[in-house]
Amino acid sequence: MATAQTRNLSRLMMAPAVIVLLIWMIVPLVMTLWFSFQNYSLINPMMTGFAGWANYIYVIGDPSFTQSLVNTLILVGGVLLITVIGGIFLALLLDQPLWGQGILRIIVISPFFVMPPVAALIWKNGFMHPGYGMLGHLWKAFGLQPVDWFNQFPLFSVIVIVAWQWLPFATLIFLTALQSLSEEQREAAEMDGANAINRFYYIILPHMARSVTIVILIQTIFLLGIFAEIRVTTGGGPGYASTNIAFLVFRTGILSNDIGAGSAGGVVAVIIANIVAFFLMRAVGKNLDA
Amino acid sequence: MGSISLQHVKKSFGEVQIIPDISLDIKDGEFVVFVGPSGCGKSTLLRLIAGLEDTTGGTILLDGEDMTKAPPARRGLAMVFQSYALYPHMTVRDNIAFPLKMAKMSKEEIDRKVEYAARTLNLTSYLDRRPRALSGGQRQRVAIGRAIVREPKAFLFDEPLSNLDAALRVNMRLEITELHQQLKTTMIYVTHDQVEAMTMADRIVVLNAGNVEQFGSPLDLYKKPANRFVAGFIGSPKMNFVDGPEASKHNAHSIGVRPEHFVLSRDPAAGSWKGKVAVAEQLGSDTFLHVNVDGLGLMTVRTDGERTFNHGDDVYLTPDQSRIYRFDAAGLSL
Repeated sequence: MATAQTRNLSRLMMAPAVIVLLIWMIVPLVMTLWFSFQNYSLINPMMTGFAGWANYIYVIGDPSFTQSLVNTLILVGGVLLITVIGGIFLALLLDQPLWGQGILRIIVISPFFVMPPVAALIWKNGFMHPGYGMLGHLWKAFGLQPVDWFNQFPLFSVIVIVAWQWLPFATLIFLTALQSLSEEQREAAEMDGANAINRFYYIILPHMARSVTIVILIQTIFLLGIFAEIRVTTGGGPGYASTNIAFLVFRTGILSNDIGAGSAGGVVAVIIANIVAFFLMRAVGKNLDA
Repeated sequence: MGSISLQHVKKSFGEVQIIPDISLDIKDGEFVVFVGPSGCGKSTLLRLIAGLEDTTGGTILLDGEDMTKAPPARRGLAMVFQSYALYPHMTVRDNIAFPLKMAKMSKEEIDRKVEYAARTLNLTSYLDRRPRALSGGQRQRVAIGRAIVREPKAFLFDEPLSNLDAALRVNMRLEITELHQQLKTTMIYVTHDQVEAMTMADRIVVLNAGNVEQFGSPLDLYKKPANRFVAGFIGSPKMNFVDGPEASKHNAHSIGVRPEHFVLSRDPAAGSWKGKVAVAEQLGSDTFLHVNVDGLGLMTVRTDGERTFNHGDDVYLTPDQSRIYRFDAAGLSL
């Protein structure tokens, strides 16, 4: 982009893509905003017109909103905790020279290729079902009462499923970070008398700081909107025990047929996502500076 | 104290034998340079001493103690790597302090030693910077600082100057030599540059294909090379070799003449070998002539910088008879 001419040309060439993207984003957002201030319920089509803040007051004022917000944060935080710690651990293991490394890496990464609803179904019926799930059989083998995961620990179960899906992603990113650590630095630390734990703490972990940041940022974006896993397994229940904000919007807008309130919830979700993004960038964003 | 003794050390990577069998005795306080062409095993040998590679056979003694199986940290050696291997997320101060921190020294003692090392190496004003904010030479000095604070038995340098530009390399060469005179600690220095070897070493180990070709003082190697390989490797520009009838005259399979041991003349009566100048490299202080000698091939000749020669000039060379090196068919010196 050295000259004014190439700069103008490049803008012109990019314009169609940018404009389409903008329309794609702006139109639904504006429509959602519009609906959120309208009386728009599919059950009561006669009630129309401007609603003012009523939809917002209805959504935010409901106790289910607070619970969903807390659930969202627990869900995001829990999955991040498991994937970051587990991912670092797995990456350290996979970085060791061992037989069948290539195959092993593919196996470890494979859960990431499984679609969320499928993964949720596998966990729901294959593992966590108290009657015929693997975990149920395991509990029975020890003479214990099988756990009804989705009723007794609904949010925890969802966290486990989502963490299982995202662990490969974290592992993959951490593994590439580990492999980019110069061998001479490890050797220098070894010569300097650092044992394995010190080498991990003083050399490897700081080296991985940037990739940890990237994993946290990318995962947070996706985890705020977790939907399929909840829909397939708990359906947000029992009660609101495993309902996050995204699922609350679905429950209000689609299940309760209140488009206006659902839109208001959607707008609130967007605002919350931005607030989270703001604090997240302040907390970990400094690691991204070169 | 820091004497290092290698006894029949062997190293193979799978089927590939890197070091067939090396025995060396390095005295306390000596500056020894391992020199050789790339792939000769000099870095591997250094890493064996450091403990970063396991030996396939043989014994490594440090101060008489068997350290063959000891982990690097226990050997009490410090190493300066080619890439410096500084810790990028730590300040210069933390980098230098790292080995002391690992040794669980008290905060005051660490501070004192780091300050001292920084003063010795002119790093005091950079202590709070990160390595990436330093120039190549400064990074090099930090790496050396990190090595000296530990007061090791010996320093190991793995081609430490190869990432620096020519002028800085000369400077650092002097600084390292001075450091050695100041500390009087054993140093082993690996390089492929024979100029570094000649200028810095007390004794030089010339390695080729994993074997010690010769171990001696720089001038020893220059004056009395054990074989043709050493003769060709030590000295710059390289020695000229002549085979065939001209060598037979001296009762040898081949003879070698260094570029600086020729008398050069334009007078046909004064020279024994006639040739034409192919290229004249004028350095100012010296002129290196590449002369196509009739029947003998290309010879490099060193002459003073004041004389000018052109491509195609006829010149006559007379080798200094007392300084002709003679080699037998196996390449050994006669």
